[in-house]
Amino acid sequence: MSKNSILFKVIILGLFIGVIALVQGSGEESPSYFDVPKLNSTCPPGFKLNEQNECISQNLYKQYTTGNDPGVGGLKTALPEVRDGFSPQEIDLGRYLFFDPALSGNGTISCATCHDPNKGFSDGLPTSKGMDDYSLNRAAPTLWNVAYLKSFFWDGRANTLEEQMEGPLFAEEEMANTPENLINTLNSIDNYKFLFAEAYPDRNKKDSISLNEIYRSIVAFQSSLISLNSKYDQYAHGYHKALNQKEIEGLNIFRSFVARCAECHTPPLFTNQQIAVLGAPEPNNLPFDPGAEIPFKDKTLRGGFKVPSLRNIEKTAPYMHSGMFPTLRETVQFYTDGRGHAVPENEDLILHWHIWEPNLTDYELDRLVDFLKTLTDESFIPKIPDVVPSGLTTMNSK
Amino acid sequence: MKTKSALFKIIGMILTLAVGIFIGKTFFASGPVETVPMPTTMKYRNVGLTKDTTQIAMNEEFTGEIILVKKGQSIQKAVETAKPGDLIQVYPGTYFETVYIDKDNISVQGVIVKGEWPTLDGKKELNDAFLYSGNGIHIENFKIMNYKGNGIMGQAGNNFVLRNNWIMDAGVYGIFPQYGKNGLIEHNVLSGIEDAAIYVGMCDNIDVLHNEVFNSVAGIEIENSRHALVENNYAHNNTGGILAFVTPGLPIKTAFDIIIRNNFIVNNNHENFGAPGSIVAGIPPGTGILVMAADDVIIENNIISGNDNAGITIVDLATGGSTSNDRNSEPNPDRVVILDNFMHNNGNNPTGEIKALMLTQLSTKGPDILAMGGGVGSTIRDKNRYRTFGLDKFGPAQITDTKDLTTFLLDAPVAPRSVSKEEVGELTYYGVCAGCHTWDTRLIGPPTQIIQAIHYNNPQGIVDYITKPKNLREDYPEMPPQDYLSDEAKMAVAEYILAMKE
Repeated sequence: MSKNSILFKVIILGLFIGVIALVQGSGEESPSYFDVPKLNSTCPPGFKLNEQNECISQNLYKQYTTGNDPGVGGLKTALPEVRDGFSPQEIDLGRYLFFDPALSGNGTISCATCHDPNKGFSDGLPTSKGMDDYSLNRAAPTLWNVAYLKSFFWDGRANTLEEQMEGPLFAEEEMANTPENLINTLNSIDNYKFLFAEAYPDRNKKDSISLNEIYRSIVAFQSSLISLNSKYDQYAHGYHKALNQKEIEGLNIFRSFVARCAECHTPPLFTNQQIAVLGAPEPNNLPFDPGAEIPFKDKTLRGGFKVPSLRNIEKTAPYMHSGMFPTLRETVQFYTDGRGHAVPENEDLILHWHIWEPNLTDYELDRLVDFLKTLTDESFIPKIPDVVPSGLTTMNSK
Repeated sequence: MKTKSALFKIIGMILTLAVGIFIGKTFFASGPVETVPMPTTMKYRNVGLTKDTTQIAMNEEFTGEIILVKKGQSIQKAVETAKPGDLIQVYPGTYFETVYIDKDNISVQGVIVKGEWPTLDGKKELNDAFLYSGNGIHIENFKIMNYKGNGIMGQAGNNFVLRNNWIMDAGVYGIFPQYGKNGLIEHNVLSGIEDAAIYVGMCDNIDVLHNEVFNSVAGIEIENSRHALVENNYAHNNTGGILAFVTPGLPIKTAFDIIIRNNFIVNNNHENFGAPGSIVAGIPPGTGILVMAADDVIIENNIISGNDNAGITIVDLATGGSTSNDRNSEPNPDRVVILDNFMHNNGNNPTGEIKALMLTQLSTKGPDILAMGGGVGSTIRDKNRYRTFGLDKFGPAQITDTKDLTTFLLDAPVAPRSVSKEEVGELTYYGVCAGCHTWDTRLIGPPTQIIQAIHYNNPQGIVDYITKPKNLREDYPEMPPQDYLSDEAKMAVAEYILAMKE
């Protein structure tokens, strides 16, 4: 019944658009189109355009081979397989979508609300705020280098960026949209119709925008967020003056098997992409978060969370899944305070064996923070659009 | 007169010698030579010894300089000045430092003078003695003691040789290469280590030969590694002698193709002093060899005796593990092959689970070989030689020996790079320069087209500029120097820029 009525609406809308298009001749003449520039035909920094109009990721880590699976430790080590090959137009369209509040149910929240480029693609909050300031349970993870990741969300429940995206888009407490409404909204905005037609030229221009096209272009944009030019990277590639004495001391503490940071936060991505049970605390007003136990229906993963990448970690305070620690110094302190010290008494967790009592000194903890800050690089930060196709206001302009 | 007597003496001596030889030949000559077939065990040993496996690792030509470090100087300082191919020779003395090597092809060699070793003493203040990430690192002839973390730790360095080091009380691991391929660990002596004395973690193609490991929680551990040969080692008085593990939750999920042969695995009954929560903290004292979830492990020709719990224990993760589940880790030990081993006097004092198991068998003695939990395709040669438990599923072994396999080291070192100079130029341009420059539009810096025009036919001009930029244009911000790029990368990117056509 409701499906029929939607179908009916879509047909009417389609007819209407068709008539308008016929009347106006070529769609590119639409006056509302001029609000938004044409899509970029060049790739974002870090990508080379090939003859198939695909942007291929390029960086200095591609010069390394490794005997092991790529992306698991060491300085001159290859990265894991990257998700690339999107067209410049898809990436640019994704950029508009990413910043456009039209993607939420009531036009108030965009992806960039919780993943703000000015805040390391996070939001600066302990736990994120959803629709109508609804307080969510977990912190927003950064999007830098997601093109290399194989699991998403703190509890690792999604395996692709597309799958991940459906979470916030359609969760009632977050962007509170529905797939139907999302398609309807975008199809009702002329700018988007033209931009999608430009990004996906193979389909009939008059066809309506599909959900897959929306997902794909947002993934294209997310996959373009590459941060691999930090001071650490310069050191890794062999320029040893890139890090000062204190930062090198920090690096050595980081990779030592006393602190054991590098065991889970393996370079060059600074995550091993595994689930680890740390026994990290929750804020006082929140109940214990079972983490990966829920999606995997596995009690041994209770309290387990995905190991986050540490790239640009300086920019994404506060820290941990619950945003418990306001600073990096407090975060590294957690690890030296001893195995299981923050586990509630009634919880029996299988803590990761790397969690122990390293007894790091204050000096060493300070050096760790020094080192973590060398992972900062925003040289390829994307431009926030001045205007989004819906004409709604983005909240991210500085 | 004098010359005559001298002549007599010489003739006398010759005569005496001739008589002696005659008598000796007559009375002491051996009969016809009997040929005794060489015991098969000797063949293996010869296999290990005659073909010097270090040759392969040493294949790389020594091209560099020799840098001497004397007592009172710093080894790290020498590493900082060393270039790939250099050899750092360290003279006896006590050195208090963490030596990190983030370069390729550096050798650090202790010089032992009249039995005095160069000693790295961490005084329980420093974390690690040696940390390396470069390829082709050699570390030999050091005495390492009192560190909190590791004696020698490698992260992702290939083609390493860690030899003839004497490591005591070095904290968590004695020798710990991680994510490395093609490495040799031989002739080291390690004791008093809280976890594994030698821990090969997530590596490939590793030989662990002729080491002595004792008074540690685990002697030698091969974890999530493939193609590892553990041969001719002496593991005694550890909690567990030699281990082959799949540990779940790590980014590399498998351990297979592991040969444990010709080792002495004796009296590994040390009390477990592993850190609470560590994987090895669960190993019962009296464990000779422990296989957990690893596949294609061949155990051959070891002398396994006096291990009070069990000589060889084979378990799955559910039985042996104390970790969270990992759906990508296969939990069962499959295709374990036990060939002939000399086993006796094991299981005198079984503990915990095994003790309970033995009581159900109306026995108070633990077995030579014990298998618990899942796994398929395991085999054993001559099961009747041992006291076994849980080996009902083990069929007869399809092979008799592994003597054809002399080493898991590669014929040639792992190549460090796989890209051409042109590619380095391209990777550098897109990976670094593209943040500020595009082909034909102004971003932060001028368009690449313009740079091309300015430096037409002059790559060195670009190299000079990016090394030491001078701000020539008022309407552009000053370019930060790109001196962190290697000379090779700078020239490659300059040539790439000049050759660009869009």
